[in-house]
Amino acid sequence: MSYSQTIHLHYERLVLTGEVDLHNSPQVRKQLLAILKNGCSVLVDFSELSYIDSSGIATLVEAFNVAKNNQLTLTIIAAAGAPLQVLELTNLNKVFPMVSSLDDIRE
Amino acid sequence: MTSVTQDIIEVKNLVSHYGERQILRNVDFSVKKGEIRVIMGGSGSGKSTLLNHMLALLKPTSGSIKIDQLNILTANRKELSKLRQKMGVAFQGGALFSSMTVGENIKLPLKHHTELDDNTIDIMTRLKLELMNLAGFENLMPSELSGGMLKRAGLARAVIMDPKLLFFDEPSAGLDPVTAVELDELILKLRDAMNMTIVVVTHELESAFKIADKITVLFDGEVVMTGTVDEIKQSSDERIQNLINRRPRNDVVDAEQYIQRLTAGQN
Repeated sequence: MSYSQTIHLHYERLVLTGEVDLHNSPQVRKQLLAILKNGCSVLVDFSELSYIDSSGIATLVEAFNVAKNNQLTLTIIAAAGAPLQVLELTNLNKVFPMVSSLDDIRE
Repeated sequence: MTSVTQDIIEVKNLVSHYGERQILRNVDFSVKKGEIRVIMGGSGSGKSTLLNHMLALLKPTSGSIKIDQLNILTANRKELSKLRQKMGVAFQGGALFSSMTVGENIKLPLKHHTELDDNTIDIMTRLKLELMNLAGFENLMPSELSGGMLKRAGLARAVIMDPKLLFFDEPSAGLDPVTAVELDELILKLRDAMNMTIVVVTHELESAFKIADKITVLFDGEVVMTGTVDEIKQSSDERIQNLINRRPRNDVVDAEQYIQRLTAGQN
């Protein structure tokens, strides 16, 4: 897994690449919580993500809740394939705001 | 050229005894990654014994067993422990520790094997409880759950580490029909979303036909047949048809052996 962080409009965009699992999800957690602590809403870009395990999903849940409690947002971009199935399996596709591409994000 | 094997389980020529009694006779059993395989057979056919061998809980008389490329009969403790982290097992009765709450039981593997933050572990545990329709039961003791709930809690613990390989002993035995169907659906979803390979030991035909990619039928410690659901249904083997049509077996009585068994040790 690797990630890159860029600014998109007034959001921080975190692009996750490869596989998020037990070994690297703490890194994702640290990154997400740091962004939210800075008072920024976050776009988690799944377009290059091939796999996410439940520790990764749990990390997103925690970050989503932190965002909500601070009047910020956490939006998932371009979830497809196995990661989308995991979100559906856990019904989190009905909780997280999800959009199919970055173009759908407005100011 | 070396051929790349996709088999995550490779059992060859497995022979096993309990004492003098032979349980498994030259069993060959291989499962591909991402497959749902059902092991079917009547009581005493050797299905649980085969399962226990694949979990390295029993030592065979002869034969070989490779799980995810590791020869588990020659592997050392460290290798086995690493392999076990990639495997989940749901036993018949749940096998939860009675002195811990349901939640503590489920999160136990994560506490032992990972350094995840407690918040992450708590959410992972609750996600699995939700998945098993056990939301809100986290703080109960196992003795406060019904049989079906214990089974689902055991499954929650078995999949808490997102194993590559899940073994499930008698998932639907003792469950009401609705819960049994839900569990079948869940097994299918786990495979699709997590790409798990799942081996299910069962004698519930309906469940086997619904979830299996392939079924292996054991009879008296021998593999009678491995095939797709249709192949099994169409098999002309009498033992398979007896199993499918729930006909009692009609064993031929060997008078000599029978009287010997009854009078063993007597003059």
